[in-house]
Amino acid sequence: MSIKKTMSAVHIIPKQFPITKKEARLYMAFISVAFISLFIGGLMGLLQTLVRSGTITLPWGIDYYQVLTVHGVILALVLTTFFIIGFQFALMGKTVGISMKQRKAAWLSFWIMLIGTIMTAAMILLGKASVLYTFYAPLQAHPLFYIGLALVIVGSWVAGIVNFRQVYVWKRAHPHEKSPLLAFMVTINMIMWIIASLGVAAAVLVQFIPWSLGYAETINVLVSRTLFWYFGHPLVYFWLLPAYMAWYAIIPKIIGGKIFSDSLARLSFILFLFFSIPVGFHHQLTEPGIDPVWKFIQVVLTFMVVIPTLMTAFSLFATFEITGRKKGFGGLFGWFRHLPWKDVRFLAPMLGMLAFIPGGAGGIINASHQMNAVVHNTMWVTGHFHLTVATTVMLTFFGVSYWLIPHLTGRKLTPSINKLGIIQSIIWIVGMAIMSGSMHIQGLLGGPRRSSYSEYGGTEQAADWLGYQIAQAIGGTILFIGILLMVYIVIKLAFFAPTGKEAFPIAEEEANAKPTPKFMENWKLWIGITVLLILFAYTVPFIDIIQHSPPGSPPFDWPIGNQ
Amino acid sequence: MHLHKYEKIWLIFGIGSLVLFLAVLGFGAFWKGTHPQSHGATIDPQNIEAHEAFQPENLGLTKVDDDKYIVNIAASAFHYDLGVDEDGKPVKKLTIPKGSTVLFQITTKDVVHGFNVSGTNVNMMVEPGYISRMETVMKKPGEYTVVCNEYCGVGHHLMYATVEVTE
Repeated sequence: MSIKKTMSAVHIIPKQFPITKKEARLYMAFISVAFISLFIGGLMGLLQTLVRSGTITLPWGIDYYQVLTVHGVILALVLTTFFIIGFQFALMGKTVGISMKQRKAAWLSFWIMLIGTIMTAAMILLGKASVLYTFYAPLQAHPLFYIGLALVIVGSWVAGIVNFRQVYVWKRAHPHEKSPLLAFMVTINMIMWIIASLGVAAAVLVQFIPWSLGYAETINVLVSRTLFWYFGHPLVYFWLLPAYMAWYAIIPKIIGGKIFSDSLARLSFILFLFFSIPVGFHHQLTEPGIDPVWKFIQVVLTFMVVIPTLMTAFSLFATFEITGRKKGFGGLFGWFRHLPWKDVRFLAPMLGMLAFIPGGAGGIINASHQMNAVVHNTMWVTGHFHLTVATTVMLTFFGVSYWLIPHLTGRKLTPSINKLGIIQSIIWIVGMAIMSGSMHIQGLLGGPRRSSYSEYGGTEQAADWLGYQIAQAIGGTILFIGILLMVYIVIKLAFFAPTGKEAFPIAEEEANAKPTPKFMENWKLWIGITVLLILFAYTVPFIDIIQHSPPGSPPFDWPIGNQ
Repeated sequence: MHLHKYEKIWLIFGIGSLVLFLAVLGFGAFWKGTHPQSHGATIDPQNIEAHEAFQPENLGLTKVDDDKYIVNIAASAFHYDLGVDEDGKPVKKLTIPKGSTVLFQITTKDVVHGFNVSGTNVNMMVEPGYISRMETVMKKPGEYTVVCNEYCGVGHHLMYATVEVTE
C-alpha cells in the first residue's frame, strides 16, 4: 500500500526520443503520398460537382464514374491510410523510439502499399475498374485492381506489426512504467485495423481475386458485402482515432494545458475498439437477406459508441476550460474566447471538432433501425461523411501537418504561413458547410448519391435537386481552392520555409494526476472482449446468410464500360 | 478509475438518452413491427422468370383488391422493367390512386441496384439472388421519381421510373 502511494506521488515525465534524419525521411514519405493524393482526389471531386451541376461534360471519353472511383479510392483509402500510418510512425518514433530494423520493416510497408496503390490506380485510369471504392460484386474490375487493394492492406499490416514491436521493445526496457499514452492509442488503432481488415482481406483473397481471374464462376454477393461492411465501419474509426490522438494528447500542449485524464483517454480508446467492429449491419439495413433482429442488435452495438464519444467531448472541453481558467480567463465563457484561435495548430483541429457535432448527430440518424430508410443511399450520406471524414478528420490532419512537417524537415512554421493556414481552415469550413449542407438537404428530398447528372425524365423532384447540385459545385470549387492552398502550404513547409526548430507538442499529465490502473494495458482482455463481441454479433447471422444463400452471381464487367 | 463529478452527470445524461433512443427504436421495431425490409426470399438471378411474380406478363402494376396493388419489377442495368402497355411499349410510369396499399416486389437479373421512391420510406437494396419487398400506403398525391440509388454501372443515373399518386 505504502509503496503504491509513493509511486503515484512520483510524477514520471516520459522520456521522448529525438527524430533522426533517416526516420524523418520515412515519416515524410508517407505524408507526401497523402498530400499528392489530396491534390489528385480533390481535383476529381471538383470535376464531379461540376459535372453534376450540369456545367461541364468530361472530355476525352472520361466517364463520371471513373472519376468517382478515383476520388473515393484515393481519398478514402490512399490518403487516409498513408497519412495515418506516417503520423502514427512519427508518434511511435517520438514516444517509444524506432530501431534500425524496425525502420527497415517500416519502409517495406511503405513500398508494399505504394506498389498496391499504383496497380489499383493504373487499372482505374485505364477504365478497367470503375467500380467505386466499395467495389460491390457482381460488378467486376480487372484482377489487378483487387490485388493492388490487397497489397495496400498487407502493407498496412506490416506497419501495424512494426508498431506492436516498437511498444514491446519499449515495454521490455521499462518494465514498471505504463506505455506512453500516444503509443497506447496507436496500438489500439492498429489492433482494430488488423482485426477489421481481416474481413475485407478474406473477401478479396477468397472471393474477388479467384472470381476475377476466372477460377470461380460465381460469387456470393451478400457474403462479400457483409465482409466488406465488417471492415467498412471500423475503417471510419481508423480514420477518426488518429484525430482523437491529436485531440487528447497534442492539442492540450498546444494550448498550454495538460491532459485531462490519462486513464479516461485510454478507456475511451478501448471502448472504440469494442464498438467499432461488430456493427457493420447498420450499413446494410435495407438489404433483403439479413434477419431484422440481428440488424437491430448491431444497431444497439453501433449506438454504444456514443459513450466514448461523449467522454471525449467532455475531456476536451474540460481541458480547454481548465487551461483557460488557469491562465486567469474567468467568466462563464472567458476561457473559450481566449483559446489560441490565431494558432492554426489549434484552430484547424478545433473547427474539425465543432464539425463533428452535427456530423455525429447525422451518424446516429443513419444508424437508426428505421430512420435509415429515409436517407439510405441518398446524398444525405455523402453529406454526412464529408462532415465527419472530410472535415473533422481532414482539418485535424491539416492541423497536425502544420507542426509535424516542419518538425520533420527542420523548418519553422512562420507567422505568415500560420496566417495562410488560418485562411485555409476558414475556406475549408465555409466550402464544406455549403457543399455538405446542400448534400444533406438534397438527400432528405430523395436525391440519390453516386449518380452522374440526370434530369430523370424531367420530373419536378429532379428539378428541385438540381439547385442543390449547383450549390455543391460552388462548395466544391471553394474546397478545391482550399486544397490548392493546402498543397502550397505543405510544399512551403517541406522545402522552402526558413530552417529552424518546430516543437513536437506532446501533452503531459497533471503533476498530481491519479495513477492509471494497471488493467488498462491488459491487451489479452481487450482483444478477447473485442473478439467475443464480434462473434456474438456475426456468427449466427453469418451462418444464416450462408445456409440461405441463393445461387451465386457470375461476373459483370460491361456495366462499368469495360468492353 | 477516477471520474470527475460533472463528467458522471454528463455520462448519466448521455447514457440515459442513449437508452431512451434505443427504447424508441426497439418499440418501433418489435411492438409496431416497423423493421427495415429484410424479406430473405431467394431467387436464381439468372432465371428470375422461374418465379411467378417476375414473369413478363406479371411485371408492373396489378390491382389485387379494392385499394390494394402489387408492383412487380425486374431490375437490370440500367432499366426497371415494369412490363409493357397495350401498344407493346415499355411502361415508364405507374399511376396509383391516393390511399392505396402498394406492395413493391423487386429483384435483379444482374448487378446490385437500388430502389427508392424518392421522398418516401420505400428505399431498398436490390441484390442478385434476393427478392426485396416493401408494403406501403401511398397517402400523398403527387409525382414521385423512382431512382436507382446504388451504383450499377455507367448508365446508373439513367435508371429511373415515375410513380404518380392521383387524387
